[in-house]
Amino acid sequence: MAIEWYLVLSALLFATGVAGVLIRRSPLVILLCLELMLNASTLALIAFSRMHGTEDGHIYAIVVMVVAACEVVVGLGLIVAMYKRRIPIDVDEARRLEG
Amino acid sequence: MTVAAWAWLVLLAPLAGSLIIAAGFRVLSKRAAGWIGTAAIGVAFIAAIGTLLSLLDLPAENGGREVVSTAWQYAAAGPFDIELNILVDPLSVFMCLVVTGCSTLIHLYSVSYMTSDQGFNRYFSYLNFFVFSMLLLVLAGNFVLLVVGWAFVGFASYALISFWYRRSTATAAGMKAFVINVIGDIGLVLAAFLIFREFGSANYLDVYHGAHDTLSLNSGVGIAICALLLVGAFAKSAQLPLHTWLPDAMEGPTPVSSLIHAATMVTAGVYLIARSWPLFEMTPTMADISAIIGLATLTVAATIALVVTDLKRIIAYSTMSQIGYMVVGVSIGAYTAGLFHLMTHAFFKALLFMAAGSIIGAMAGLQNIDRMSGMRRALPFTTLMLIIGALALAGFPGTSGFFSKDEIISVALERGGFYTIFAIGGYIVAFLTAFYSFRIGFRVVAGRPCDEARELEQGHLAHAEHVNPATGEPEDTDVGFPGSEHHIAEREMPMKIAMSLLAVGAIFGGVLQIPGVSHVLETFFEPTFEGSHLFHIVPSASSAWVGLAIGAVISIAGIALAWYCYVARPGVTLKLRDRFSGIHNFLQHAWYFNELIDLLVYRPLIATGRFCNRFIERFIVDGIVVAATSAVRGVSGAVRQAQSGLLRAYALLVVAGVVALGLYFLLVAGS
Repeated sequence: MAIEWYLVLSALLFATGVAGVLIRRSPLVILLCLELMLNASTLALIAFSRMHGTEDGHIYAIVVMVVAACEVVVGLGLIVAMYKRRIPIDVDEARRLEG
Repeated sequence: MTVAAWAWLVLLAPLAGSLIIAAGFRVLSKRAAGWIGTAAIGVAFIAAIGTLLSLLDLPAENGGREVVSTAWQYAAAGPFDIELNILVDPLSVFMCLVVTGCSTLIHLYSVSYMTSDQGFNRYFSYLNFFVFSMLLLVLAGNFVLLVVGWAFVGFASYALISFWYRRSTATAAGMKAFVINVIGDIGLVLAAFLIFREFGSANYLDVYHGAHDTLSLNSGVGIAICALLLVGAFAKSAQLPLHTWLPDAMEGPTPVSSLIHAATMVTAGVYLIARSWPLFEMTPTMADISAIIGLATLTVAATIALVVTDLKRIIAYSTMSQIGYMVVGVSIGAYTAGLFHLMTHAFFKALLFMAAGSIIGAMAGLQNIDRMSGMRRALPFTTLMLIIGALALAGFPGTSGFFSKDEIISVALERGGFYTIFAIGGYIVAFLTAFYSFRIGFRVVAGRPCDEARELEQGHLAHAEHVNPATGEPEDTDVGFPGSEHHIAEREMPMKIAMSLLAVGAIFGGVLQIPGVSHVLETFFEPTFEGSHLFHIVPSASSAWVGLAIGAVISIAGIALAWYCYVARPGVTLKLRDRFSGIHNFLQHAWYFNELIDLLVYRPLIATGRFCNRFIERFIVDGIVVAATSAVRGVSGAVRQAQSGLLRAYALLVVAGVVALGLYFLLVAGS
């Protein structure tokens, strides 16, 4: 299969992720969309790695997965904390940093 | 012991005394502090005699009596290499002897006079510090240490003038003295810079021995150096127009006036001019200007002393006048005569102030001579001392002032020509001096006893409400104001001893230099003034005696006129005052010098300050600041709009940024 299909899929996934981050207001969904963007980039890495026939992309993919896991831990922790403090689970409500 | 060891001891004893008294103020009793202070200066005096004796053992020729001793390197930066060194030569030893000798006696006097004052220990600590500073000034071996001593002396003077620091007039007088002294310090510091630039060294010996080769006659830089040195000298020695602080300095305790503002500190300028003789001989123009200012000062001060009624201020103006004689002396090359007059003046002026202190004590703090009369029976000892001091000041034949003052005049006559005016001026003012010194004498001593004198004759010292004698403000007797009791010499042995010894000096001090008979000082000073062509201008004994005879006649005439005005026909002066009220008023206001300085210096400065405040500060500086803040505020207000606090808006910005960047690279790569 030609590499273009993988890249197109990756770009579609990434665009979906970006759209989700920009449109949705629930932090949980935003986290999901971030994961989607990360995975889109992982897919592209693996595809390029196959194209070159080396393992570098695989290593990067694993690093990205580790980073994604960390990010989810922090993100979910924040969401749980917001829930416990009865702060509305809505990113538009949390705007105390307004200038 | 060597010369240098003795000289260092002279310097260190007063410093040790000052520190011990200051550090032990809780432990030391009043009397102990006083005696430690007196003993420290006494040790310094003995060490000064030791310095003198060991210096006289050295050969006089070829700079043998110019001993430089270095303690350590004081400051070094490239070619600028200053050592903490002292120069011991006849001139500095002479000054040390005068300073420590007078100071010992004045410390002794103060032990009694200041007994009831609450700040007793502070007083003695300051006084010892002053003596240390003065000795540093006269012993310094280079211009940097001279500046240090010069500034220390100014501070000590400030601290002692405002010693009664709750008296508003005293603190104001202290500030005035300090500010004018700082003007002098600036002159001296600038002179030191110029000297270092020209000579590449600040050591006295390098500068003075090199003056003849480095400076050409009346060169511009030489004139600048001498003019700046004179600014320093005139501020310290209260010469026109920097003299206005000295009469005000009489706000300090009387022994302070006696020591600092009569006998020692104010002669520092005379010392500086004598010390810098090689510079002044290379710039005779400045030496002549200095002599003219000295003549102006001695005339102006003597005329003011004729009308002032405050006892201490009369003596203060007479001090200015006598220092004028000294300045004339050392400026026209009569070095021996000028320094001789410095010494005799220290004796009789310290004595006069001590007598004044005793009289003020008997008057319960009053200083106005209009209120004093007939003290002779109440204060027999003080009266005797006052008359001795006044005789020496008036130059009565045989007293010390007679020989020293007339020696200056006779050298002026010997130089002739232009210098004759100094002789004529000197004689005219000698007449005024004789008159005003016996104006004090006769008004205080003669006549019907005043109330206080009558009270004292019955064995009771007058007491009065404690008030500021200048303004009449009520005072208490706690620290910061004068103590509760007054002290008179008749009842205090230390005061009697101090005054008697000074009286001996005031009468017999003249034997050191009698024309044709003795020339102790001239021989002694010879090594310091080696190479000076003016030093050897000495009138012949016969012409000197003619001068002395004229001086004697003038002096007796002045005293006789004072007798006529104040004893034979009292009231004559009142008529004169009413007749010539314009002149009297002019003199009463001290030739309006304070007002003149106010008009020429103070008001323009204040006006400039107001202008700067109103225009430069309010418009330009404030304008720049306001413009800057409003610009920052405006820009930040615009930028702040981006901070919506919406997470998704921030995310959109990031995405848009990345997209824009990507598009840019695509376009760049495409083209």
